[in-house]
Amino acid sequence: MIRYVIRRLLWGVALLIIVAALTFVLFRVLPTGNPAVLRAGKDPQPRLIKEIEAVLGLNKPLIVQFWDYLKEVFLHFNLGYSYYSSESVRSLIAERLPETLSLTIGAAVLWLVGGLSVGIVSALRRHSFLDRATMGTSLVLISAPEFWLGLIFLYLFSSDIGRFKIFPGAGSYVGITSDPWKWFTSLIMPWVVLAAGSAAVYARLMRGSLSETMREDYIRTARAKGLPERQVVRQGVRAAINPLFTLFGLEVGVLLGGTVLVETVFNIPGIGRLAYSAITSSDFPIIQGTVLLAALFIILANIVVDVVYAYLDPRVRYS
Amino acid sequence: MTEPLLRVEDLRVEFAGEDGVVYAVDGVSYEVHGGRTLGIVGESGSGKTVSSLTTLGLTRRQGARISGRIMFEGKDLVALSEDELRRIRGNDIAMVFQDPLSSLHPLYKVGRQLTEAVRAHREVSKAKARERAVELLDLVGIPDPARRVDEYPHEFSGGMRQRVMIAMALANEPRLLIADEPTTALDVTVQAQILALMERLQRELGMAIVIITHDLGVIAEMADDIAVMYAGRIVETASAARVFAAPEHPYTWGLLKSIPRLDGPREADLVPIPGTPPSLVHPPSGCHFHPRCPYVQPEHTRIDPALEPVADDPGHHVACLLESDVRRRLWQQLGAGRTPAQALAAVSPGAPA
Repeated sequence: MIRYVIRRLLWGVALLIIVAALTFVLFRVLPTGNPAVLRAGKDPQPRLIKEIEAVLGLNKPLIVQFWDYLKEVFLHFNLGYSYYSSESVRSLIAERLPETLSLTIGAAVLWLVGGLSVGIVSALRRHSFLDRATMGTSLVLISAPEFWLGLIFLYLFSSDIGRFKIFPGAGSYVGITSDPWKWFTSLIMPWVVLAAGSAAVYARLMRGSLSETMREDYIRTARAKGLPERQVVRQGVRAAINPLFTLFGLEVGVLLGGTVLVETVFNIPGIGRLAYSAITSSDFPIIQGTVLLAALFIILANIVVDVVYAYLDPRVRYS
Repeated sequence: MTEPLLRVEDLRVEFAGEDGVVYAVDGVSYEVHGGRTLGIVGESGSGKTVSSLTTLGLTRRQGARISGRIMFEGKDLVALSEDELRRIRGNDIAMVFQDPLSSLHPLYKVGRQLTEAVRAHREVSKAKARERAVELLDLVGIPDPARRVDEYPHEFSGGMRQRVMIAMALANEPRLLIADEPTTALDVTVQAQILALMERLQRELGMAIVIITHDLGVIAEMADDIAVMYAGRIVETASAARVFAAPEHPYTWGLLKSIPRLDGPREADLVPIPGTPPSLVHPPSGCHFHPRCPYVQPEHTRIDPALEPVADDPGHHVACLLESDVRRRLWQQLGAGRTPAQALAAVSPGAPA
């Protein structure tokens, strides 16, 4: 198992280098704004541009630039500096990571609890009114884009522009350390919006998975033993939940890399917003940094999922 | 005879299917006496599994319409509430299923699956229940039970898994064990071990067994009494000795003639039963077996035979419209190695007796 994890981690590093190379090529080779020109201001002297290029290292051959970058990233965990503000990309990301973490983890808890419980009830009461109602709603939620749902929520419930002034609206986010209660209330709507689509997907998947496992022979055995129905259902849920776990791990990994739409709609200064503004201003080191971070989360999530899965299902063994 | 342990009276189980009502069990009656073994034999779809699942109330959830009575120790299981039935399941009546791999939960250790069977009916500590689990594994002949109790089902072989299933069924020393095709999914050598195990446990624990199978070999090995089912009904029932020595129903003849015998003439051909089991949605008119019966008479397609006592053979019942002496002469002919057509020709009116 340990050897398996080490092998997976080495592959992960290789994958990160490939991702770094791809973003490098995409943003440097393909036509884009020259960062030195963008930084030099209006009507710059060619000499000034040359100077800036030298400072940023843009005059070196591409392969040397890439090599320098990799050395910094993997040896010193240094992701470079913003072309514009000269701030360290690492600290820019570190500042915004708590926001994205709060958003993702809260939403994940919400969609897991919500989606699974709705799915379980639907599976056990198939074709009931409740089943039809929740499955119909879930279809709507799956189809609704996040930014649209976010705007609807703001329009309905935000304390500034809403029809029912219940929750703090866009831009109300504060860090958990400065005011935990305000942090919590300001995240309620973003959590719900971010969780809605996934909760709907999980509800439908859980319904399908559980109705299948409840027809398994071992469920019949559990009933034949005389177990109370609650325990029988628990055994069904235990088996039905495994396939959903893989999806859950990957989804959390993706979201940790930045939730651009929800962060934008609710004006939460997270990784997604950082990446978005970097892209619009060709701030290459930040783009590269956020892409690498997202890739890292996805790779780690994959490994965690595989390792935990071996514990969830004793039939799975890695060698 | 004393009061039977289990008495099933005119049991009917119907399911609403897509093509109409499925008459899975269509008026079945039988008795099981303490310490004895009843073998229920029939093809797939004859209702043998559904009737025993219904005994435990396990068809209720599938939306079955159930009528008739299932008397067990003075209680009608059909009329009991779900909770009352739950207390009987796995405690007084236990069941062993066909496929031991899919019948065990793949994600739980064997020990846990055994202890929960104990704890579903007894107030015992986890440690005590675990001791009992080890004891049960030992009882069914699993080597090194103290270690294997912590293993998962996929770490056991097929025969060992079925031993685990049997151990689980015996957890609370039930008075009745229903075994539904307990050896069908196993290798032949393992089959014999499992049957021997069940016989040994029956002797030691004194429980009654209902064994459901399509395999007459298993029946011959295990059963004291036999009920032959066809299309949701019992067509013949008697002691095992009588069914093998003097079967009365053409379907039973077909079953007996379609398995090879070591003590018969080497050149004797096996005679399969022609056709396929009938639809349970639109069962044949009259005698349900008439489309496949070589001895069918025109009126058999209209008249529905009842299960009636066989003359001069107490305890033997058959549902067949043929005359009693015609049946005996037919079986004599078949026993002499004739084909059904030859047998029919030989006993037809006008032919020499």
